Amino acid sequence: MDILNALVAILNFVVIPAAAYGAQLALGALGVTLIYGILRFSNFAHGDTMAFGAAACIIVFWGLQALGISLHPLPTALLALPVAIAVTALLMIATDRVVYRYYRAKRVDPIIMVMASVGVMFVMNGLTRIIIGVDEIRFDDGARFVINVADFRAWTGLSEGLALRQSQVVTLVVTALACWALFWFLNRTRSGKAMRAYSDNEDLALLSGIDPDRIVRMTWIIAAALATTAGVLYGLDKSFKAFNYFQILLPIFAAAIVGGLGNPVGAVAGGFIVAFSEVAITYPWRKVAGYLFPGWQPEGLLQLLSTEYKFAVSFVILIVVLLFRPTGLFRGKSV
Amino acid sequence: MTQPYLSATHMRGGYGKADILNDCTITVDRGQIAVIVGPNGAGKSTAMKAVFGMLNLREGTVLLNGEDITRLTPQERVHKGMGFVPQTHNIFPTMTVEENLEMGAFTRGEDFSDTLAQVYDLFPAVAMKRRQRAGELSGGQRQQVAVGRALMTKPSLLMLDEPTAGVSPIVMDELFDRIIEIARTGISILMVEQNARQALEIADIGYVLVQGANRFTDSGKALMADPEVRRTFLGG
Repeated sequence: MDILNALVAILNFVVIPAAAYGAQLALGALGVTLIYGILRFSNFAHGDTMAFGAAACIIVFWGLQALGISLHPLPTALLALPVAIAVTALLMIATDRVVYRYYRAKRVDPIIMVMASVGVMFVMNGLTRIIIGVDEIRFDDGARFVINVADFRAWTGLSEGLALRQSQVVTLVVTALACWALFWFLNRTRSGKAMRAYSDNEDLALLSGIDPDRIVRMTWIIAAALATTAGVLYGLDKSFKAFNYFQILLPIFAAAIVGGLGNPVGAVAGGFIVAFSEVAITYPWRKVAGYLFPGWQPEGLLQLLSTEYKFAVSFVILIVVLLFRPTGLFRGKSV
Repeated sequence: MTQPYLSATHMRGGYGKADILNDCTITVDRGQIAVIVGPNGAGKSTAMKAVFGMLNLREGTVLLNGEDITRLTPQERVHKGMGFVPQTHNIFPTMTVEENLEMGAFTRGEDFSDTLAQVYDLFPAVAMKRRQRAGELSGGQRQQVAVGRALMTKPSLLMLDEPTAGVSPIVMDELFDRIIEIARTGISILMVEQNARQALEIADIGYVLVQGANRFTDSGKALMADPEVRRTFLGG
């Protein structure tokens, strides 16, 4: 019984939250890795693209709410998502026209593109705050729980409770669908293969008659879709706050680099690795230890790192990977 | 006399200010194998790149099938029927062999399965590995994939920049056999080669370049027999 209680506690406090968080990071890292692989720079504006996409989604969500449209019991934000993706994609393409295209034509060093993206980051950051403000916004209507603690205790008779929030299930399902669609597109369609070819060997892709402008456009559209989806899921799960998306940039980059920059499979794996490490290291294991070793009375909380330092986990993972396997776990490009 | 299929005449140009090519002329007839040989730094690869439009010419013209293509970009020349196999970075390493070939046929909207079958006929070793990533193949097989990718564009002129660089002598012989087979289907071949002897053996016409200019031009056999060419370039 105690072992079961321990398992439920681990599931409830580590596995489920980390899986949802990992899925959000994975979607973010996919966007980063795609832009790195095809446009060949690290896009620092990706976090704020997520914020903008989520903000656009919230505005459409408010509109739907005013019209009395609801997707109950699912969050209505899912209905607003396609519109938000379209708006974000337009903004991305416009940004490319105004900013990145100039540098691409000049064939500048990647670091100059990165610096340009930092500028874009600040502009988008401000834009999002002007549009939607800096306050915390909750937009997760629909049912709160798929499994709630009291019901779980009643069903199983265990003293430890387990909660499965709807936003977590939605996150995992939407991420799975998005990954499936992305991998199907990249591996099965002519355009997707052209994108991979362009990422592999730009010159040879040009010689094969692949149109670079089209590739760039498709990349921004897909990156916008991934960023918006990631931003909305993160916001549904943890509430929307414009500044949070700037902070999530670090774990997202850690995820993309751990998996191997430019490698989509690596980005997904990296997202889950970073999320599970972060949650496992900042979780107080005292309760689980209490179930497993009833005779042991540890002094502290058995928490390796307090939650304030969770970003340190991303840094440490980054340093370890860059030291021992610079191309990432799934052989991406070296940084 | 009718005009040769490719005729790049009096080319002068280089990458920076200094000219690498000085009045260099290369012509290839239909179904002919033309080989450019010469010492290091003679401008062999540069001459081929000039034919393909990868550097700007200060003087000279490039005619393909009588049409002036001197001002076209490499991509536009691909559409005109030129296929180019670079010396390095000539495959998509993380894509499968079949995807590599598919990308070669990217601009051809129509069904390319017959061309694919021809390429697989020509390179059975490559056909066996069609689902494998091209980057995992041996050097010789990569070259075959690279040549196959260029053939998928259905070129009428195939240009190869040192196709046998870094492959074993056996693989080299086989690659040359395949190149002869390709030429028999009516495709013109223009090739830069480091392995001058073997290349001249299969050449219908050979160009010996020295300092960016034509030094000797003759059939491959005649060049091999020429004592001066032998002494200076083929090592006796």
